[in-house]
Amino acid sequence: MNLPMVLRILGLMLMIFSLSMLPPIGVSFAFGDGHHQPFVYAFLVVVSAGLALWLPVRRVHRDLRLRDGFLVVALFWVCLGLAGATPLLISDVPELSFTDAVFEAVSGFTTTGATVIVGLDDLPKSILYYRQQIQWLGGMGIIVLAVALLPVLGIGGMSLYKAETPGPVKDEKLTPRIAHTAKALWLVYLTLTAACALAYYVAGMEAFDAIGHAFATLSTGGFSSYDASMAHFQSATIEMVAVFFMAAGGTSFALHFVMFRQRSARIYWRDPEFRAYVGTLAGLTLGVSAYLYLAGSYGSPLEALRYGSFQVVSLQTSTGFVTADFSSWVGALPPLLMLATFIGGCAGSTGGGIKVIRWLLVIKQGLAELRRLVHPSAEIPVKLAAKPVPVRVMNAVGGFFAMYLLLFGAMMLLLMVVGLDQVTAWSAIATTINNTGPGLGAVAVHFHDIPDAAKWVCALAMLIGRLELFTLIILFTPDFWRK
Amino acid sequence: MKIIILGAGQVGRTAAYQLSREQANDVTIVDTRDEVLRDLQDRLDVRTVVGSAAHPSILEAAGGADADMIVALTNSDEVNMIACQVAHSLFGTPTKIARIRSPDYSLRHRLFEEGGLHVDVMISPEQLVTDHVSRLIRYPGALQVLDFADGRVRLVGMRAVSGGQLVGHQLRELRDHIPRRDTRVAALYRQGRSVQPEGDTVIQEGDEVFFVAARDDIRAMMKELRTEEEPVKRVVIAGAGNIGYRLARTLEDYNQVKLIERDPARARRVAETLNRTLVLTGDAADEELLLEENIDDADVFVSLTNAEEANILSAMLAKRLGAHRVMALINKPSYAELMEGGPIDVAISPQTITIGALLARVRRGDVARVHSLRRGAAEAIEAIAHGDSRSSPVVGKPIERIVLPPGTTIGAIVRGDDVIMAHHDTVIEADDHVILFLTDRRHVESVGKLFQPGGRFG
Repeated sequence: MNLPMVLRILGLMLMIFSLSMLPPIGVSFAFGDGHHQPFVYAFLVVVSAGLALWLPVRRVHRDLRLRDGFLVVALFWVCLGLAGATPLLISDVPELSFTDAVFEAVSGFTTTGATVIVGLDDLPKSILYYRQQIQWLGGMGIIVLAVALLPVLGIGGMSLYKAETPGPVKDEKLTPRIAHTAKALWLVYLTLTAACALAYYVAGMEAFDAIGHAFATLSTGGFSSYDASMAHFQSATIEMVAVFFMAAGGTSFALHFVMFRQRSARIYWRDPEFRAYVGTLAGLTLGVSAYLYLAGSYGSPLEALRYGSFQVVSLQTSTGFVTADFSSWVGALPPLLMLATFIGGCAGSTGGGIKVIRWLLVIKQGLAELRRLVHPSAEIPVKLAAKPVPVRVMNAVGGFFAMYLLLFGAMMLLLMVVGLDQVTAWSAIATTINNTGPGLGAVAVHFHDIPDAAKWVCALAMLIGRLELFTLIILFTPDFWRK
Repeated sequence: MKIIILGAGQVGRTAAYQLSREQANDVTIVDTRDEVLRDLQDRLDVRTVVGSAAHPSILEAAGGADADMIVALTNSDEVNMIACQVAHSLFGTPTKIARIRSPDYSLRHRLFEEGGLHVDVMISPEQLVTDHVSRLIRYPGALQVLDFADGRVRLVGMRAVSGGQLVGHQLRELRDHIPRRDTRVAALYRQGRSVQPEGDTVIQEGDEVFFVAARDDIRAMMKELRTEEEPVKRVVIAGAGNIGYRLARTLEDYNQVKLIERDPARARRVAETLNRTLVLTGDAADEELLLEENIDDADVFVSLTNAEEANILSAMLAKRLGAHRVMALINKPSYAELMEGGPIDVAISPQTITIGALLARVRRGDVARVHSLRRGAAEAIEAIAHGDSRSSPVVGKPIERIVLPPGTTIGAIVRGDDVIMAHHDTVIEADDHVILFLTDRRHVESVGKLFQPGGRFG
């Protein structure tokens, strides 16, 4: 373990992060909400924490090992939760406890979008802006940003990058240098966010709302500056813009990058994961809308389609915006939508969930097993885009599912132990581990009313989900710490 | 510079490592073996592409369209040549380097002329290693002998041994010892650490000394550092592979060469083409065989088989049985580090020898030759000074006034046909070939800038 180097990078990244306290100060002055002080203090606190970590070890120059990468990323995400909570904690509107402030920050960074704040509409603009901004930073990942900006990371950047954006088949880099790849990803992210903000603005949002909601859309985060979320706007146009850009956020950014470079949209269609992703989105939309219409919840098919498509895309991509109270929709729809969050976006996207590619591989594996029963001596490799998938990848995917299920079950039971009912408990874990936001039962709108212990479990679930299990879980294995 | 390396073998991997750690280079490496690439991707900041090296689609996926250089290092000469040709025809890649083993290709110069195959530089690791070993044998006691300016200047690395006239004395006394010869100590390593050589530095036993000298002055200088050694007569080579066979052929006219090969068929084949070499079938680690062939009389024992562990063991055995000096071909840098100077006198590292040919091509400024030293930690560079005293930071200046990065020394200057040893007042002129030694290769980019007109080290 290379502790000095780990601390050095941690300190550097905290210092970078402290800069994110500056835009809210600007917002505060621009809107004259008189609420800049918490951010000034938070900036000083975070920057000095970073300095305190960095100063004693600033001269250490060693290469990061793969193992150190996991430690840096996991520690940094925990630090982010604390550092990001500072302004919320300092500020007296909203008045948040330590637990609530950390929950809100973690929910923001992991792009979950579950909130403990009630009465968003009355909050100062700077706080509202800050919440949207942490979602945006968490979407592509501050570590990816650091890899893009800090050349000192060198080859260590690769291990950090891999630890923060895991995924079953991420071996091909977009460019030879990891720093360039990270830069390219952020550039694509920035461009799409700008496009989204512009579209929102044209569709009728105010500039402040347009930018804030674009932040939460591309990052598939789901924070809104209104208690009513997207329903506040009551505009079908805005909702369709949101649907489009949520779906874009759930698409692999590597695909976006290649599309930008080759200027050809055919790239998307050639990708089997993207086809399956769009297929599930479309299929679920049709199914849910038809169900809503036939059950008589909405008067016209078009209206059913409007609310159905928005909720399906919002939940499957793990964004978590709402335009309707889907938790009280008829019959099987609430649990169906909750289950859709398990599908998630594509690998390499900002979306949460298990990721489409893993489902694709596991289902193909299942079908292969069936064929093997009929032809016991057949060679049946699992293929993706006509190329065989290495057994190592298949094993990793299998392990991922098993671990996901295990953690899901364990944390759900924990929530029931601290007093939540069954529906609330399972949906709360589903929505946090998949980084979605809204749940069912007592957590259908916000997480304000559940006990503190439950909030900590949910915050842990969010981190586990955002880092795709292994990066966090590995720290709890004896193997990791063995010399 | 955007570089595509084809083939992730020993040389390919070393090249990827060396090239990618210079920030200016973007490296993509292509190989058919998925697992090798995955391992490489974990350790180096390079992009990898799985596939057949010469296929246009694979080259395209590897970024062939805007690559500045393609280095074909696969096992097959044919694939390497075709890959260069494809890169030229489809992408117009400016620099194409191919590893070509077979002399049957490389000696047909017309094959690579205008209208022929588009290969700019051919490298044959086997030939480079053979030359390297034969130079070491010609200078007994040397750890490294590197050529600059077509061999007129050489950089020699050797270990100081008690009995050498300069050992225990200050460097400045060198001039009194050998008054008419001019040499310059470019670097000094004591217990593995670099020591800046100054006039009052005292040479100690066990120091690794690198000096620059004109070809004819080398022997005199070597005497300063260790007791005079008899020229090598009896050489035993283990392994009649490509390198072993070539070495035997190079040496057999002047030395008494014995070549041990395990495979009888191969032994038979090389015996047919070699004239004076005695080819023996057997195991180089067989004590009986070595004793029978008078290993205790051998001046040099070199093991050059494909199995590095076997090379180490047979060299150690030969040493114990009385061979005067033993060398072994060792690929793994960690093994080489462990063995050299201990049980084995010289570790021969094929990658370090080969890599110089590539490095010279990617450097900024006009660099004629690069030798990688100490397993990549240090470098010796032959750079050409261009411009005039206004546009260049080196031309027209005495050496003492040139601002060099730390750990860098100027060893010698080649001006036309003259070799001038560097002194503090030597003035560098335009078109001089300047030979520099860098104890810390992290400064290569700064040195490159010095030799770019308009550049300045800062």
